[in-house]
This record gives sequence, C-alpha cells and structure tokens, in this order.
Amino acid sequence: MNNIPLLLKREYWEHRGGFLWTPFWMTASILIFTLLGIVSAEVLGSNAHVHVGFSLDELRNNISANDLAQAGNALDMAQLVFGGLACVGLFFVLFFYLLGALYDDRRDRSVLFWKSLPVSDTATVVSKALSAMLVAPVIAFAIATAAYVVFLVLIVLWAGAHGLNAFPAVFAAHPLGMLGRLVLTVPINAMWALPAIGWLLFWSAYVRSKPFLWAVLIPFFALIANWWLGKLGAPHFAGDLNLAAILGRLLFSIAPGSWMGSSGAGILGNHVRMGLDNDHVVSSLDPSHVYSLLAEPNIWIGAVAGVALLVGAIWFRQRRIETAS
Amino acid sequence: MSANANASIVHARRLSKAYGPVKALDDVSFEIESGRIVGLIGPNGAGKTTALKAILGLTDFEGELSVLGFDPRTQRAELMEQVCFIADVAVLPRWIKVSEAIEFVAGVHPRFSPDKCNAFLAHTKIQPSMRVRELSKGMIVQLHLALVMAIDARLLVLDEPTLGLDILYRKSFYESLLSDYFDENKTIIVTTHQVEEIEHILTDLVFIRDGKIALSATMDEVGERYAEVMVNPDKAADARALKPLNERQIFGKSIFLFDGIERARLAALGELHKPSVADLFVATMKGTYA
Repeated sequence: MNNIPLLLKREYWEHRGGFLWTPFWMTASILIFTLLGIVSAEVLGSNAHVHVGFSLDELRNNISANDLAQAGNALDMAQLVFGGLACVGLFFVLFFYLLGALYDDRRDRSVLFWKSLPVSDTATVVSKALSAMLVAPVIAFAIATAAYVVFLVLIVLWAGAHGLNAFPAVFAAHPLGMLGRLVLTVPINAMWALPAIGWLLFWSAYVRSKPFLWAVLIPFFALIANWWLGKLGAPHFAGDLNLAAILGRLLFSIAPGSWMGSSGAGILGNHVRMGLDNDHVVSSLDPSHVYSLLAEPNIWIGAVAGVALLVGAIWFRQRRIETAS
Repeated sequence: MSANANASIVHARRLSKAYGPVKALDDVSFEIESGRIVGLIGPNGAGKTTALKAILGLTDFEGELSVLGFDPRTQRAELMEQVCFIADVAVLPRWIKVSEAIEFVAGVHPRFSPDKCNAFLAHTKIQPSMRVRELSKGMIVQLHLALVMAIDARLLVLDEPTLGLDILYRKSFYESLLSDYFDENKTIIVTTHQVEEIEHILTDLVFIRDGKIALSATMDEVGERYAEVMVNPDKAADARALKPLNERQIFGKSIFLFDGIERARLAALGELHKPSVADLFVATMKGTYA
C-alpha cells in the first residue's frame, strides 16, 4: 500500500488524455467562444447577445452601470460554468476510465507485466478507485480554475478597451470562496460516486469481453424486468425503493454533483434550469448544505455497496487474467 | 534432490489444473534447485505455461507449491520481490515511455537498480523519451530484459521470451542473460520452442507432455543416459533388437537413439554421438498430435 502515490502517477501517465487534456479542451472551448463573442460583439455592435453560460453584454452593462454586486455575481456564475463544464467532461472520462481500468491491460496482456512486479492486486484496484475519486477531479478543477483566471484577464482587457475599469467587478466576485466550495464538493462527490466506481471496476475486472455491455445492459434489463413484474402485480421495487434511482446511482453517480438532484443529471441540469439564479446554485454548494448529505442514509448505503463491489473487483483481479479476444 | 532443503527454489507436489475436460497439469511433482537453468520443453498445449503461471501466482491450482518459501496463490506481491518474469515480447504496455517504465519499476521494486538498467539500455538504440509503441519487437524485448536484469532477483521465469524475434536479437538475448545476469545465486526457468538455441546454456531439462513430466534430468544425466549411434545397414537389425527410442535415416545410414544402454555395446554398432535436445524431444514426444 505504500506504493499508492506511484500507482496514482502511473494512472495519470496512462490517462493523461482523459484526466488532463479533456478538461483542458472543454474549458478552453469556453475561452475560445468568449473570444469569438468579444470579437463579434465588437464587429456587430453591442447587440450580439453573446451568451457563454451567462451574457457578456449584461456583464458589460453591469460594469458600466457600476452595479458591482451584479457584475460580481455574473463572474461567480462564469466560474461555476467553467467548473461545471469540467465536471461534464469528467463524467465521460471517468465512466470509460473505470470500465477499462481492469480490462484493457488484460486484453493487451500487459497485465502480465504489471503482475510481474511486487504490487498487490488490492493496491492496484485501490489506486484506480482513488484516481477516479480524487486525482481526476482535482486536476479538472485546477484546470477549470486556470481557465477562469484567463477568462478574467480577457474580461478586464475587453472592458479596458472600452475605457471601463473591470477590477472593481473582479473584486466584487468571490473566486477563492467559489473555488473553496468546488474543492469541498470533491470528497462528497467521491463518496457519493462509490457505488458507480465499484460497479464499473467490478465489471472491468470480471468480464472476458465487452465490459460496457455488461455494466449497462444488466441495469437496463433489471429495470425492464422490474417494470414487467409490476405490470403482473408480482412483488417488485416500487415507492421508496425506486429501482431506476438505485440503478442510476450505479451508472451515473460519478457525475460530480449528481447528489444535488434526485436524478442523475445533477449539477449541469440544475445549471440549465436555474440559469442566472446563481444564489440557488451557490447556496446549494454551501458546505453546510453539501455536508448535510452525510446525515442521509442514502450516501452511506451506497458507499457500503461500492466498497463491497470493490472487494469483488479485487477478488477477480487476483484470479482472472485472460480475456476472450 | 539436494540434501540441503534451502537450496530448493521451487517445490511442487501433486499439482493439478484442469481447463474443463483438459488436464493442463496432471498430478505433477518436481523440484528446482538454486543456481540452475532449467529448460521446460513441451509441445503446444502440454501444460508448460500453466506450470509457469502456477509458479508466478497467476492461476489457481490443486496441490502443494512453494516458491522461495512463498505460496504463490496468496503471497504474489511478496513473491514478486524475488521473482522476475518475461512472458513474451508483447506484454509491455504500449503507452508507457521508457523513462516512465524505469521510474515505475524503481519505485515499486526494492531490488531494482536504475543505473544498471540505464547501463544496459546504453548499448541499445532505445531512448528514455520513446514510448513502447514506437519500439520494434526486438527493442521491446531489449527493454524488458534491461528492466529485469537490473533487478537482483533469485528466480527468473522466461516464457517464450524470444518468440517472433530475428536470430540476432535471439542470440544477444541469451548471451546477455548468461554473461551479465546469471550466477550461482540465481535460477532461471525457460520455455521455448527454439530448443537448439538454448540447449548449450541449460543445466537441467524437463520435458512435459499432456500435463505430465515426461523427463526430468540434469544435462549431465541426459548425456550419460542417452546416446545416438550411426549404424550401417548391416547392423541395423542388431540395433533394433536393443529397443531404440527412435530411428531415422540419413545418407543411407540409420541413426538410433538409445536410453540407458551400455556405451560399449553401442560402440560396437557404430559411431556414438551425444543426442541433441531437439532429437531427444522429438523421440520422447512421438505421437503427441496423433
């Protein structure tokens, strides 16, 4: 287990594309759109209605009207958009990372190399779970923050070109507080995601081929079977034991912030619905709100199930080397 | 069997492993002592790889097996501090950089010397910034060998390590192994189909067939036990009366392979030779695929 830092580094080496470049390009895309928006706003006059998660025009109006509180809120919202977009990328990256983590090296037989080294299978599986729980999210938030800083520079320069001083607006925003709130969601996200992490790693260690089909089709057929049993009037999951929610947890709880709503879509769905109602988003990211989740049995039951699935993944990692191909 | 029990590196009693109806290992017992180079030779599907996997803790099995005093089934991580393993050319992860591979092995392996590894690599065209996927098959095996030779391990297991390599790489592979790696404190187990290329380096020979040990002997014993005689046609009938293991024709003469017949009697029949491992193997495995 004292190899864990190096094992995490190994995961990063292998998945630099997902862990580093995916959030990089996703947040860079907002910067590119912002730049395009600024350019088109300049060319077409002020009626460009450029909207990159929030309205650039509105921001400029707020700054020129000296409505600093509004401008600061708009910037806070922009910071959330950067974080949220990194989280969307993170969901897809983690989903396929976890499905392949204990399968791809068996398929290309490099598992024989890893197993020729004095690293226990437990340490291997734990390092993969920790990469998904902590390493990838921290990298994603770091990149989102860096992109937001670049964004602030763009805004200040743009406002400056119009003779406006954007610094009071920047000082009215709460970049550090927002960053703190985002970072504080990482442990809760990780704990909430445990069932999905366990589920995906379990199939990754177990299957001889096609981990995606197993991991996705089994919940899907379970849902159909449950619905059918319900139609027949036979005992089935209903009411509080909402099977769709349970199975949704298994597949989608790696989406950061998915604990916010009852549905899996989580943080992004909330963003879209709430638009600029940033008080709501900001308050739902309030640590006292976030950590009140720990008072609910839901997260604990999921964590226990996730750990059990991880133990299963370790058991199969010790025994299964061959794949069908 | 040595009187000194500590000298035994691998101790296997009644190993069995079945894949469905096929017995890959059928009640096999053997002993491998320290300081030996053991050739594990058998036809395809005879159970060589299964035996190696059992030794390396990569498969379940029935029976009793201890490797350097460890149970490979439950103590693989501890065992791997003392054991190195090259499966075949294709098992280094293709995405890894040479420098990353060295850093990783150095970090997890207490007996690995990066300096030694880099010294081996200095004799090759491999650069630290290269990725495995950019290397040729021969270079990949050079890298793997450099990683493994820089580990001061007691047991090295090689499963078809030179499969698919050209003869230059194959020769230099075994030459470096002998001159830069092997000593009396190390033990090597090797399987290969290219028997001719390794027979001069082996100290022990194990033939395996249908999950059973068909022959287990030191090379000295093999030399004493088996003899090949080139016999003229007029004495061929006498030779056949001695129940040879095998008979083949060459330039109008018959070559007979005998097991455990006195040298003097054989010498009367014709010219004596030490049989090659390959010929011995073919004779022992007759009818395997029939």
